[in-house]
Amino acid sequence: MNLALLFDGMLVVLILAVAVWTVTVRDSFAAGIGYAVYGLLLALAWVRLAAVDAALTEAAIGGGLTSVLMIRATVRLRAGEAAARAATPGPLPRLLAALLGGSVAAGLALVVLALPDPAPTLAPQVAEHIATTGLGNAVTAVLLSFRAIDTLLEAVVLIYALIAVWTLTPDRFWGGRPGPKYETDPNGMLAYLARLLPPIGIVVAVYVLWVGADLPGGKFQAGTLLAAMWLLAIMAGLTEAPPISRRWLRGVLVAGTVVFLAIGFAGVPLAGAFLAYPEGFAKPLIVAIEAASMLSIAFTLALLVLGPPERRDQA
Amino acid sequence: MNVPTLFGLCGAVLVGLGLYGLVVSPQPLRKILAFNLVGSGVFLLFGVVARRGAALGMGGDPVPQALVITGIVVAFSATALAVALVLRLHDMTGAATLAPADADEPPVA
Amino acid sequence: MSQLLDLWTVLAVGAGVFFFFAGTVGLLRFPDTLTRLHALTKADNLGLGLVVLGLLPRVGSPLAGLKLICVWLLVLLASATASQLIARVARRAGPPA
Repeated sequence: MNLALLFDGMLVVLILAVAVWTVTVRDSFAAGIGYAVYGLLLALAWVRLAAVDAALTEAAIGGGLTSVLMIRATVRLRAGEAAARAATPGPLPRLLAALLGGSVAAGLALVVLALPDPAPTLAPQVAEHIATTGLGNAVTAVLLSFRAIDTLLEAVVLIYALIAVWTLTPDRFWGGRPGPKYETDPNGMLAYLARLLPPIGIVVAVYVLWVGADLPGGKFQAGTLLAAMWLLAIMAGLTEAPPISRRWLRGVLVAGTVVFLAIGFAGVPLAGAFLAYPEGFAKPLIVAIEAASMLSIAFTLALLVLGPPERRDQA
Repeated sequence: MNVPTLFGLCGAVLVGLGLYGLVVSPQPLRKILAFNLVGSGVFLLFGVVARRGAALGMGGDPVPQALVITGIVVAFSATALAVALVLRLHDMTGAATLAPADADEPPVA
Repeated sequence: MSQLLDLWTVLAVGAGVFFFFAGTVGLLRFPDTLTRLHALTKADNLGLGLVVLGLLPRVGSPLAGLKLICVWLLVLLASATASQLIARVARRAGPPA
């Protein structure tokens, strides 16, 4: 038993305690807050597993955006909270559910204990070929070179999710602005923060994108930061969410995928395969894809949080 | 007991806990939250597999790590869609749970 | 010299941890929202500041030190804003019954 393992053990206990609390606490609002804490603790676990890229993503998306989404939705559903709580199943269904969860957890635990040793790994292959990409961050190399098709399709999934959310718009609001109009004290603390923080946040986002080539970071983390800054300005009432019918907005949303696809198809005549990069040009092309994707991801994530349009465009 | 195994067991428990919450919580938002617990438990298992594959100066196998990053983002977009569906259902029917409106059947999850 | 720096790290981080502990105790034990906020913001900001000060001699480059200080300043800004907002909601809701 060494000190590091003691720390990890305490972290695991804390993560599990917060997770139990988010599942069992009576008040759904508290559960949303609990999930934010859970996301941050989980980010620490990712650091302990030497996956700093995943830690940044978990803290930003799991702890940040998901919690904002949940808390906003909880507040809107607050009226039905008591009625819903009354529908809590009795002891027998709860016991059965506990048995189900317990047996799945036990099965997975057995799998974890029986993992093969030495573990199969693709790290040597990545290390062998990473020089061809000119990148120093192996995770970015996997995301944008070795498994670039996954990342391309993921960008498409994000856009599809946003389109699906938008299809839930009531007919009378189609083409309108998502989310309520936030009215806050223009001289209040929130407006002050929303004026002070975005410039810093934008610089940090560009930095996270830029170092993503060689150090932990990249377009998802940077895009989430930008989305957070935009949401802050919207929620402080400094700016409004744009109507979803705007052409520039739709252009920005698909820009990342279009650039990705264009570079991908350019690879067919230039490098002999879809999504292959011509020799020596891998890094600049990857940075170009990342920069365009960052903007698209930022707008998509923020609009996913805001949800379908709820009011007409009164510009 | 080493560090990856410890977090692997943590991930396993999280999946079980999330499943329990998914079945037991009557509020749809709590079900979505519980589903996210399941998802993060699975991601943690991926992280453990990645950590065990550490080699050649890399802290972990970068392929599962990249998959997890993709997974977290996709999980968020699915969560956002689910929340939007719940809110729309609530706006249209006023329902606070997923139970069928005029039936004595147990709620369909 | 390096022993002096080690001593500084131990003392400053130890003091920081103490303030974190005190803040957490206050958060759990104080009776209402405003006093809990008081415990949290004062102690945690001081605690984090001391931890950052304690870690400064250990950073590899001036840039890393600058990042640490930026983290502290950003946390100060965020926690000051958050407590202000929470306190305003608490005041509007009135004193607890």
